[in-house]
Amino acid sequence: MIRINITSVLVDDQAKALAFYTEKLGFTKKTDVPAGGARWLTVVSPADPDGVELLLEPDGHPAAGPFKKALVDDGIPYTQFAVDDVYAEVERLKGLGVEFTQEATDLGPVVTAVLDDTCGNLIQIATLK
Amino acid sequence: MDADVDLFKAIGDATRRTILDELTERDGQTLFEICGRLAMKHGLALSRQAVSQHLAVLEQAGLVHTRRQGRYKFHHLDTSPLRSIVERWPIDREEPNP
Repeated sequence: MIRINITSVLVDDQAKALAFYTEKLGFTKKTDVPAGGARWLTVVSPADPDGVELLLEPDGHPAAGPFKKALVDDGIPYTQFAVDDVYAEVERLKGLGVEFTQEATDLGPVVTAVLDDTCGNLIQIATLK
Repeated sequence: MDADVDLFKAIGDATRRTILDELTERDGQTLFEICGRLAMKHGLALSRQAVSQHLAVLEQAGLVHTRRQGRYKFHHLDTSPLRSIVERWPIDREEPNP
């Protein structure tokens, strides 16, 4: 049966991304091996270390920059992570200096917020009610 | 010629009034957040282009201003153009006539 084992986020700097995704967001590093000029660099949730891995993929392809910029210009988070409590997570992350483009917002079935991952992406965090 | 034609056109549309309602609830939203609120809270499944055009009409009427902050663009509510309505048709009493 097919299943999802990795999903990717395009980052402008892998070292910076690793720091942000582990130290701020709270992921843990899973795999870090050289792969050509870059690293095969993945993180996982400490709540599910054998679960889906997030690949911090370099955004060096010429199409990646305009794509990312166009999304950020409209405030669009391309990637979403689940948290237990968006309100609490927003407070925690703001305490760590993380910037938000959308505060915690109750949209009925879901509460969402949008943050800047400092690597050229907006990330949505969500709690399903 | 009616000087307020842009204003009345802007508030004459239910979707645009809903956008103003949502900006009243929280000022300073990205296009993404406005689209999300319309879809999730009001069941209005408009394209991003459509919402963008509604915002352009509101901006033309002076009811919405956009502000760039770094890489992000936020939309802000400005209700001051609405003052021209009560200046044109003054509200004499606070309480309605019994």
